[in-house]
Amino acid sequence: MHAYLKLDHIDKSFVRGGQTTEVLKDISLTIDQGEFVSIIGHSGCGKSTLLNLIAGLTQVTAGAVLLENREVNAPGPERAVVFQNHSLLPWLTVYENVKLAVDKVFSGKKSRTERHDWIMANLDLVQMAHARDKRPSEISGGMKQRVGIARALAMEPKILLLDEPFGALDALTRAHLQDSVMDIHARLKNTMIMITHDVDEAVLLSDRIVMMTNGPAARIGEVLAVDLPRPRKRLDLVSDSRYIAAREAVLRFLYERHRLVEAA
Amino acid sequence: MAVPVQKTDNVTPLPSPKASAKPAEIVALPARRSEGRGRKIVDRLKGIAATTVPPLLVLGVLLMVWQIGFARPGASLPAPSVIWAEAKDLILDPFFVLGPQDIGLGLRVLTSLERVAIGFGLAAVVGVLLGALVGQSIWATRGLDPIFQVLRTVPPLAWLPISLAAFRDANPSAIFVIFITAIWPIIINTAVGIRNIPQDYRNVAQVLRLNTFEFFFKIMVPSAAPYIFTGLRIGIGLSWLAIVAAEMLTGGVGIGFFIWDAWNSSKLSDIIVALLYIGVVGFALDRLVAAIGNLVTRGTSAS
Repeated sequence: MHAYLKLDHIDKSFVRGGQTTEVLKDISLTIDQGEFVSIIGHSGCGKSTLLNLIAGLTQVTAGAVLLENREVNAPGPERAVVFQNHSLLPWLTVYENVKLAVDKVFSGKKSRTERHDWIMANLDLVQMAHARDKRPSEISGGMKQRVGIARALAMEPKILLLDEPFGALDALTRAHLQDSVMDIHARLKNTMIMITHDVDEAVLLSDRIVMMTNGPAARIGEVLAVDLPRPRKRLDLVSDSRYIAAREAVLRFLYERHRLVEAA
Repeated sequence: MAVPVQKTDNVTPLPSPKASAKPAEIVALPARRSEGRGRKIVDRLKGIAATTVPPLLVLGVLLMVWQIGFARPGASLPAPSVIWAEAKDLILDPFFVLGPQDIGLGLRVLTSLERVAIGFGLAAVVGVLLGALVGQSIWATRGLDPIFQVLRTVPPLAWLPISLAAFRDANPSAIFVIFITAIWPIIINTAVGIRNIPQDYRNVAQVLRLNTFEFFFKIMVPSAAPYIFTGLRIGIGLSWLAIVAAEMLTGGVGIGFFIWDAWNSSKLSDIIVALLYIGVVGFALDRLVAAIGNLVTRGTSAS
């Protein structure tokens, strides 16, 4: 069976004012359908750039992104993105934000009532149906991110891309949302790729953790398979030896072998 | 850690006697509740008075000074009492029609407003579209922006001879002057608003594959709405400034020509009344656009 998503020898460099900066160098990775993969690395290592390449928001310099053997070179709803800062449109209500996506993706495929039901189903999935008529400014950061996830899921994406989705949230809200994402992943069996800088988050959620070396010209340093059984419970894992070992492996990679010298 | 706990223990019993004292007072004074409501109304009236009394007072003082200064015979300008005596009909009945050129100031203002509505309406549509183009495309900015920057400094009336030559008719020329006066702030502010659309919104639009049309109406216009309305508000003010001057030169039945006509027949009182009309209408226009802007951009500001 061929790979679902394939990153084939990707290079990415930015040219600014005649100066070329190599950001990513020779990135190759295959991801199976239904897999949850985290990409972790120090800030500035190009992990968000990598996600943007998969999303099609930026173009590769060399190599290719292949989804089901088709090359990706433009953004599209089959690779929905949950943005770091939620990116809800402030002039639309929660419902309308999801509706914008659903109307665009399913116009002509679903009737008006089907689309309404689908919007509500996705808001229910993230437990935000009660706030459907609120505007983003009237709900908390965690709630905004829930709506962002609902909007992305409502596109029925082949791959859900999460760009540090919980980075701006406090620890308790973050734990809540991590549980929600695990629950959704278990139910819908989506393929998910998450950018993170949180080791615990990566180990808790992922099937595999992709560790990036520091830039410029960042590469994939190591890929760690996390063979913890699902469903995972954060409290049970605290003392689980496999969890501790995985956590240690990532920490060692980040702080021993690829320490970020500037970030002191 | 122990200290704040102790403090809260000490504090909690304190408000309870106060709280028990408060309802006791309210229970003792049920009959005066209606007075409380009355007080609320009084408070509201006080609030209204606080905003209306000072300007009225200043207006009264100004009128008095004016009256005292210009009441003597042979004064260069008419005193308020003279204006009232000479132009009472203009003030009291804005909508009389006594002949094709002898109509109330309200009707004259309406004809001027019609020109402004057409000219400003066109400027709003074209200005937002051009502004969107300039804000969106770096090449459009490079090509058009210098030209805009030069043209926007041309005074409104300087356009009039050219537009008279082009349209060969007074009415479209006046409308064109309004259009060309109002469009620059609309273009420039819209362009700034479009440039300030957060990359996040653009990314959302790209992921959803919104087409140009959808992007314009669903992302660009709402996102740039506060900027667009700033431009519209400046534009409507400039239009109203320009219409009077344009009408003075083109003639017809507008408020501008009325002033010119009154000047030619030495009716200074009529001119002063007309100035009042223009000021009040200009103020109303400004507030109208601001109110529409507030209504439209209600949800746009906060993230």
